[in-house]
Amino acid sequence: MTELRDRQPAGDAIGPAAPALEVRMAIYKMMVQMRDFEKRAYDLFLQGLVKGTSHLGLGQEAVAAGFAAAMLPSDYTFATYRGHNHTLARGAPMAAVMAELMGRRAGLMAGKGGSMHLTSVEHRMMGSYAIVGAHLTIANGAAWSSKLRRAGEVAVCFFGDGTTNIGAFHEALNLAAVWKLPVVFVCENNRWMEYTPISSVTAVGHPAADRARAYGLDPVLVDGNDADQTYGAARVAIERARSGGGPALIEAETYRHGGHSRADPGKYRPDEEVEAWLARDPIPRYRTRLLGVGVDEAVLVRIEEEAQTAVDAAAREAEASPPPDLSLVEADLWADGGSSWRR
Amino acid sequence: MGGRGVVVAEMTYRDAVARGIAQEMDRDPSVVFLGEDVGAAGGVFKATVGLLDRFGPERVSDTPISEQAILGAAMGAAMTGLRPIAEIMFSDFFAVCWDLVANEIAKTRYMTHGQVALPLVIRTANGGGVRFGAQHSQSVENWAMAVPGLKVVAPSTPRDVVGLLAAAVRDPDPVIFFEQKSLYPTKGDVPDGEIVDTLGTAAVRRHGKDATIVALAAMVPRALEAADVLAGDGVEVTVIDLRSLVPLDVATVAASVVETGHLVTVEENPRLCGWGAEVASIVAEERLFDLDGPIVRVTTPHVPLPAADALEDAALPSVARIVDGVRRSLL
Ligand SMILES: Cc1ncc(C[n+]2csc(CCOP(=O)(O)OP(=O)(O)O)c2C)c(N)n1
Ligand SMILES: [Mg+2]
Repeated sequence: MTELRDRQPAGDAIGPAAPALEVRMAIYKMMVQMRDFEKRAYDLFLQGLVKGTSHLGLGQEAVAAGFAAAMLPSDYTFATYRGHNHTLARGAPMAAVMAELMGRRAGLMAGKGGSMHLTSVEHRMMGSYAIVGAHLTIANGAAWSSKLRRAGEVAVCFFGDGTTNIGAFHEALNLAAVWKLPVVFVCENNRWMEYTPISSVTAVGHPAADRARAYGLDPVLVDGNDADQTYGAARVAIERARSGGGPALIEAETYRHGGHSRADPGKYRPDEEVEAWLARDPIPRYRTRLLGVGVDEAVLVRIEEEAQTAVDAAAREAEASPPPDLSLVEADLWADGGSSWRR
Repeated sequence: MGGRGVVVAEMTYRDAVARGIAQEMDRDPSVVFLGEDVGAAGGVFKATVGLLDRFGPERVSDTPISEQAILGAAMGAAMTGLRPIAEIMFSDFFAVCWDLVANEIAKTRYMTHGQVALPLVIRTANGGGVRFGAQHSQSVENWAMAVPGLKVVAPSTPRDVVGLLAAAVRDPDPVIFFEQKSLYPTKGDVPDGEIVDTLGTAAVRRHGKDATIVALAAMVPRALEAADVLAGDGVEVTVIDLRSLVPLDVATVAASVVETGHLVTVEENPRLCGWGAEVASIVAEERLFDLDGPIVRVTTPHVPLPAADALEDAALPSVARIVDGVRRSLL
């Protein structure tokens, strides 16, 4: 890791300068909202109100927030099943996201997608994908289209460390590089796939960064628990992509505080590892930094209280929503709104 | 020459592919085309010759051998304003990118409650008869038919290649377009000017009152040959070219079964779960009392296709097996 870090010019990794204060405040607010939202989602799961499954990004907020803060509204997000934070970060309403997790009519997709498929095209959140690897190739398509339309839009695609070992990752990276697509691939290396550590099944130490050279890309490794670093790396990569410089592959080192999904306590992970990463929790870390640069604590407390209020309201609204109309079972398979396969 | 000044030219099925793609790319600048060897080389079947020169490398793109990346690019482009046509060189290769076809492209409109539209076409060379062996010959239109969210089209004539391809490109939903590779050198009349068909409309290729044969792609000309043989014995059959499996033109099939009382399906699919089984089950469920004999399915046996010409010919439905099938249905 040190070796790679040393090779990485610091200025390139974290951008020209520290983010402006209003950017930092926006990032902090996003992270706090994500954290409170997901803690509530977890409670609702334990109460049986969030059904099926859910994959939380608790601990990984600095990646979602740092990148979202660096994106233009016209840029595209592609995420995985661990996509609540990325969806909220693009501005999708909390209540609609919560209602989707709960299978309610007010859900972002009226309950037809569920937690693993959060999508809000209006916010350029182009989908959460639950088959490992596929969405890297789809993000390429959005970037290709942007390039052909000369639209200046950049596609940003998030995925896990485990995703670097599936064929689609390599097909996507190669095509993106060959076609010089405006796409930024972001590997959230949280060290674990489901229940197996990435290091035990991967030929290289840094599953994404160490593969970058194979596609003619510079390795970029950032501290994914430091929102200033993720923001800085995002700015550099996104602007380069926007100005025709081609794709980037960024590995952000981070950690999930909880288990892989549902109520998994994550007990397969060594205690010392969990403790060390909890001590690097991106949110208190950022809070300390903001206080250090002179932000009034009362301002932060207000952000924290507002997040709680917003999550309370979102949960109430979602719970009050009825189940989806049953006509939706056979709706919207085709553009005509129906599902008929015969004429 | 056709009537009313419409010029009709004889053209191969192969050349009709390039003509159909060019017709749509000329009309709509958002139509783009990508695949392996499709540009500079003009396609491994030479079905896309001339498109690169005519439309340039931005709109006609040669790709690496990356079927998932090809379909992912098509999908991402379709969801952001383009209308891609992607080529999968051989339909057998769907097996290496089936996630994109069956999980991503097919399900996305539904899962997103209609937020995402995917107006894209995947063209592919399908089926046997060219002695390529089991991994380059299979008829897999039934795989696609089994996935909710895909439209499935398979033309049997050069004219239909142009008209159905245009309909597929203009359709707001994803369409899998199966070109039968043994048909590429076959010729047919194609009128001049724009041709646009309607998906989900079968064509009655021959009319007879004794039995109904339902066929697709390369099995259509074969069924017509069988009809000639049967006519020599005084048996007059209707031959329906389905042209599209999804949407399925049940009405045309049912109307014919009501008239003839006998149904034979002729398909290249291996026996189990071939599309003929679906057609047979619909007719059995909805038109049982209009039938005067058993429904007969003529299929490839439940085997991969062998390579040797003698073996492949024995596996694929032949004129003799179709004639025999009709006779069994008339019992
Ligand atoms: C193709 C495929 N194989 C396996 C799975 C099951 N699965 C879901 S998540 C997961 C772990 C993925 O790990 P990683 O990419 O590191 O992402 P993380 O969950 O850590 O965010 C696995 C194996 C899947 N969804 N898709
Ligand atoms: Mg992981």
